[in-house]
Amino acid sequence: MARRRSASEVSYALVVGGLATLALVILIGPVLVVLATSFTDSRSIRFPPQGFSFRWYELLLDEVRSRQIHRAAGNTLHVAALAAGLATLGGTAAALALAEARGRWARVADAFFMSPLVLPGLAFGLAALMYFTLLGFRPSLELLVCGHLIVVVPFVLRTVGASLSQRDPALLDASASLGASRLYTFRRVTLPLIAPGIAAGGFLAFMASVDQVPVSLFLSSARTDMLPIRMWGMMESTLDVRVAAVSGTLIFVAFVLMLVMERFTGLTKRMRG
Amino acid sequence: MKQAFIRMGPALPLGLAYLTFFVAPLLMLVAVSFFADDKLTVMGLDNWRKFLFDSFHWKVVADTLLLGLKAVCATVLLGLPLALVWRGASPFWQRVLLFVAVMPLLTSVVVRTFAWIVILGREGVVNQLVLGLGLAAEPLRLLQTELGLVISLTQIEMPLLLLPLLSVMARFDPNLLDASASLGASPWRTLFKVVLPLVAPGLAAGALLVFASATTAFISQSVIGGGRLVYLPSLVWQQAMINANWPFAAVVAIVLLVSVSAVIAVIALAGRIAGGRVHGAAA
Repeated sequence: MARRRSASEVSYALVVGGLATLALVILIGPVLVVLATSFTDSRSIRFPPQGFSFRWYELLLDEVRSRQIHRAAGNTLHVAALAAGLATLGGTAAALALAEARGRWARVADAFFMSPLVLPGLAFGLAALMYFTLLGFRPSLELLVCGHLIVVVPFVLRTVGASLSQRDPALLDASASLGASRLYTFRRVTLPLIAPGIAAGGFLAFMASVDQVPVSLFLSSARTDMLPIRMWGMMESTLDVRVAAVSGTLIFVAFVLMLVMERFTGLTKRMRG
Repeated sequence: MKQAFIRMGPALPLGLAYLTFFVAPLLMLVAVSFFADDKLTVMGLDNWRKFLFDSFHWKVVADTLLLGLKAVCATVLLGLPLALVWRGASPFWQRVLLFVAVMPLLTSVVVRTFAWIVILGREGVVNQLVLGLGLAAEPLRLLQTELGLVISLTQIEMPLLLLPLLSVMARFDPNLLDASASLGASPWRTLFKVVLPLVAPGLAAGALLVFASATTAFISQSVIGGGRLVYLPSLVWQQAMINANWPFAAVVAIVLLVSVSAVIAVIALAGRIAGGRVHGAAA
């Protein structure tokens, strides 16, 4: 009996440990491979990279030869800043209202606001293209902001909603019984408590917009090109090594931003919750 | 009722934005699907008929849903063990593992897709290894196969499974594991009889996100899967942007929407039943 139990313990440790290791390799490996490839000295994306150089980063910085990439990056940041800003304002207000109201209607409204998260983005992207075109609009960054807004709001709702539900109701009662108005309580008690949640939500919304594909796929045009769409084009056609340099830059920026947000808002915990 | 309405006031701007930019476009999508010609002049069910009475289209639907399910299975197979290791790790390693799990989520989907081209390509990492070790005489064909696509989606979508799963794991009472072991259950028995039923809601929440994301991952599907593997998103894209056949593209998009939502509803229901059973047993 004792021997059989130890055999099953060994097999459990081996299988679970082995699969977990494989999971880690699969999660991190590709990121490292891209970083290594971006420093290659050759014209192909062979791995291991041939030689070491910054030539693809230099080409990426070249204002003339990488103009399209620069414009796409500029458009992407512009849209992401506006969409994330609007989503943070509207999403925070809505999360506050839903937390106040509770009840069945609040739950229905919550499910409605969260639905873009699981809805196939591609169907929504096509719908938005038809809607705007049939209303007579031409492709513009403003339309992209409207489309992105819908798909990034759920990130704000989730993080702000979570920090609201962790708020101690006794604090609100205490503030009210000390004679504070509802607005004052909101400003001095609720807002400081949920500020990290708002910041984390805004950050996630911004990153989601930068990464957005299905909506941009339909709403962007040659003039309003977006970075992920441009990268897709580069991968489909020439497989330019600059894709690796753009990827390396994006990985680096995401890594730094994530460390900063982790420090100030405990980001990963909020994403988990 | 009136009171509740006033309280919902701050949600109004977002509600209006959703009506204008979300509900209205989706209604428009449905309307467009009922036109018979590209110019949107004649109404008719022609495009619905064209989709429904062609077995090729049904195969694309099946392939798309199967791709999603394969991605779910692969992410669960690797993600669940990682979550189990995470649960037993020290606080420091828990932070590190969580960071590693979240990191890919913040590196663009396009970047992750590109990484897999470098890894799975003819001269990629896998083929260099296989050829170097003499395991095969010729480079393996991994790009433009469904196997390659599922492997890539496993990494691309795994963070979506891990986040809800880890949050359930964190609330898990470790005494239950000791209790199960001291009652003589093997680790496997504990896993299937104690751990899995308890984390089922988190697992379902994650599986749902993975499924939704994998079935609509157009760029990964088209770049890694290539032109020979056709899924609903590439069919939508092709019909809308290349053939400029909006009504038919709308039909395909609605089929994508409905079929994915149906599977998601089933997964959510399964999670709720599994969760409900545990709570019932506890009460």
